[in-house]
Amino acid sequence: MSNDPILVQGGNLALRRDYADHAADALRDLRRSGDAVDFEVEHHHDVAATIQLGFWIYLMSDCLLFSGLFATYALLSSHTAGGPAGSQLFDLPNVLIETMFLLFSSFTCGLATLAMNADRRNATVGWLAVTFLLGLGFISIEVREFAHLVAIGAGPDRSAFLSSFFTLVATHGLHVTCGLIFMAVMMAAVLKKGLTPTNRARLVNLSLFWHFLDIIWVGVFSLVYLFGVAH
Amino acid sequence: MNVANEALAGHGPHGAHGAHGPTYKQYSIGFALAIILTVIPFALVMSHTVAATPLVIAGFALAQILVHIVYFLHVDTSQEKRWNLMALLYTGVMVFIVLGGSLWIMHHLYVNMVPHAMHGNVWK
Repeated sequence: MSNDPILVQGGNLALRRDYADHAADALRDLRRSGDAVDFEVEHHHDVAATIQLGFWIYLMSDCLLFSGLFATYALLSSHTAGGPAGSQLFDLPNVLIETMFLLFSSFTCGLATLAMNADRRNATVGWLAVTFLLGLGFISIEVREFAHLVAIGAGPDRSAFLSSFFTLVATHGLHVTCGLIFMAVMMAAVLKKGLTPTNRARLVNLSLFWHFLDIIWVGVFSLVYLFGVAH
Repeated sequence: MNVANEALAGHGPHGAHGAHGPTYKQYSIGFALAIILTVIPFALVMSHTVAATPLVIAGFALAQILVHIVYFLHVDTSQEKRWNLMALLYTGVMVFIVLGGSLWIMHHLYVNMVPHAMHGNVWK
């Protein structure tokens, strides 16, 4: 009686596990055949590539947002309304340190990407943590500069030049702050769930975002700080 | 699943196009070039040399942006990155129009609308 397959299947958990094994075997066989594997890989690859392209399009639109702010600053930078000009306000050694913080963070962000590609979870989180601290250093220097400018009466309400200055530089700073939040979330996600396909795709986007912000900063320190002092 | 993971990351060492994955060498070269292209314009301006003209500063900025795009964002002319490159070039054209067009139009507006602006440098 106990050999009756229907009865055994009806109640035996062990057999259920056996069924699962059979299903897994069948799936593995399916994947082993060349076409199936190609389809699987290509499919995932297409999805990841599409997500990445979508994020890239967002970055490009963000670039246009900044181009508007850069154009505004370029037009208003000479309109100081009797107030201080850039050459009297900007502290270049300070800006150079700030720039180095962001540049080093871009490099460590690249090292995090390399660690991810090498399947090294802890190294990925470690380099992201270093990147996060460097980004935090950048933001602290910027906030301190803003606080100093406001304290000496050179706040955004002083002149058209300072309005456009604060708008441009603070918009970049806001992006960096968002990048820091993104980074903190990704560190927690990788620690909790590991380097899953979803986390990898997001980490690639995070690194694109971070490198993009460094490019915008090149425009900021050149057009705002260096132009401002050189003039 | 492991194969799929690597393919999803897009840069797996065993991926179909593994040659396009970023390498330590790429990041190092990009980082070194970026440092050089940052320090030189800062040094020029901080030492008050005559070479620190807006054109020179803009040249260094453009060069550094290109370095970042190639070595950090890994944009190239490969089939895989074709659409990224297209979007980037289109954005470049748009940025040029927005920046150049604004400066050009506002400059003429300023010259024509403000009486005393006909004399001397309107940008100072």
